[in-house]
Amino acid sequence: MEFGPHLLLAVLEGLVTASILSLTAMGLSLVFGVMRVVNVAHGEAFMLGAVLAWWVTGLVAGHPAVGFVLAALTAPLIVGALAAASDRLVLKRLNYDPDRTIVATIGLLYIAQQTTLMTFGPDARPVEPPFNQRIALPWLERTEEGWTWFYPWGLSITSYKLFVIAAAAAILVAIWLVITRTRAGLLMRATQQDSETAQAFGIPVGTVYSVVFGIGAALAALGAVLVVPIQQAHYLMGGEPLLLSFIVVIIGGLGSLPGTVIAALLIGLSDGIISVFFSPTLAKIIATLLVAMVLVFRPQGLLGKAQT
Amino acid sequence: MLEATSLRAGYGPVEVLHDVSLTARAGEITCLLGRNGAGKTSTLKALMGLLPLTSGTVTLDGEALHDLPAHEIPKRGIGYVPQGRRLFKELTVAETIEVGLMTRGEGRATREWVLDLFPRLRERLNQQAGTLSGGEQQMLATARALCLRPKVLLLDEPTEGLQPSMIELIRDVTVKMRDEGYAILLVEQRMDAILALADRAVFLETGRSVETADAARLHADPDLLHHRLGV
Repeated sequence: MEFGPHLLLAVLEGLVTASILSLTAMGLSLVFGVMRVVNVAHGEAFMLGAVLAWWVTGLVAGHPAVGFVLAALTAPLIVGALAAASDRLVLKRLNYDPDRTIVATIGLLYIAQQTTLMTFGPDARPVEPPFNQRIALPWLERTEEGWTWFYPWGLSITSYKLFVIAAAAAILVAIWLVITRTRAGLLMRATQQDSETAQAFGIPVGTVYSVVFGIGAALAALGAVLVVPIQQAHYLMGGEPLLLSFIVVIIGGLGSLPGTVIAALLIGLSDGIISVFFSPTLAKIIATLLVAMVLVFRPQGLLGKAQT
Repeated sequence: MLEATSLRAGYGPVEVLHDVSLTARAGEITCLLGRNGAGKTSTLKALMGLLPLTSGTVTLDGEALHDLPAHEIPKRGIGYVPQGRRLFKELTVAETIEVGLMTRGEGRATREWVLDLFPRLRERLNQQAGTLSGGEQQMLATARALCLRPKVLLLDEPTEGLQPSMIELIRDVTVKMRDEGYAILLVEQRMDAILALADRAVFLETGRSVETADAARLHADPDLLHHRLGV
């Protein structure tokens, strides 16, 4: 394949990675932004979402789309409820102390991992995509008769991957609208700005925290449901999304939602392109290096605000 | 009428209020006075439930507030203008007012009433609170509290750091609210403001309420203020 079509393929694969990543990182960013909690167990919400998606799709017979839709509805809900419960049972009792919440969420990470291992076993589980047509992509080439379209061998994407990109974009827009346009979003933003004063205006900060922690985990789970038809579910799969989410959130600016999306696109696309032309390991090395550079030269992140 | 008796409260193991009692009556401005560190701001926070009480009672028109969770207390009708204004900095003026209105389910009529009190805010509805001038921020903090249509208004040094014309405006609004029948509890440091505004004064000393005096006595005995607050 020539360079042009090859690059297009890498960009599309990168966009799929970026879509999943932006959902997962958005959850992490939201939780940090509103609650100032660094949730180390965030990757396990992703893992639980993936494993639950496999389990739910296994429960129903018939067309794979039925199971998939059911998984997309239930898995984020279950994971979100579990997260909200652990906020009530653990984080709230630590008064959201920054150091102790990190240790506590490390504990939650292992509990989630080991419970999954003991319940569902160590195997990687595939989920059948609801639809999966291969779509050949055209490329423009200059011949004697001028510019012509043709279909290079190997340049194709599946309809499911295009769906992932569109679904992630739609979910991100929906979150943005909820946060900026609804009363629930207003309560969240007021709590983020000044939680004590928020209480003095009747905002039940404890409930807001539980809901935000639940939504954060549900977003990771939703990303995982979208990814399991491409990548198998496994009890140790939470590590990479956690690392990449942290990278994205640090580069984008802690708590900045537009920054998170931009950084997810940056990391996702560079990951796709570098993985295709060089190696996936190099992609991770460069992403990590980028974090170091951002921390040195712009510690608040691309769109973050400097602490005053 | 807001009534607090024998409040004890503190930050963790450090007790800052040892024995504070006070009453804020409707249609009166009650000034809470004391030197720095006497516990004025802590008293207001304790009334709002933001500082956990170890003992003592707070009642509003006979209803006990001290065992309610903090976010339920404003819903009973207490508007709070905290020290340093404590605005939601990235929210716009319109959104801040919306937060105030949501507290007690107030609607358009209250919004118009508040914006008529502070016409400057109407011109800045889409501006972020953190970018307003100091005086405008104080107007917004006051407006946010008035959006509750509260029975009691707690004001913590509302004129601190403002230019004279703004001080005048905030003071006018305070008097207007008093005349409309609100109970106002005001923390104030400036002698002239105290003498001009106070219908009653409660003096705090190291976390205890030591004396209460009415306006007549404050005017008749100027040494009282100097003795209690003297620098």
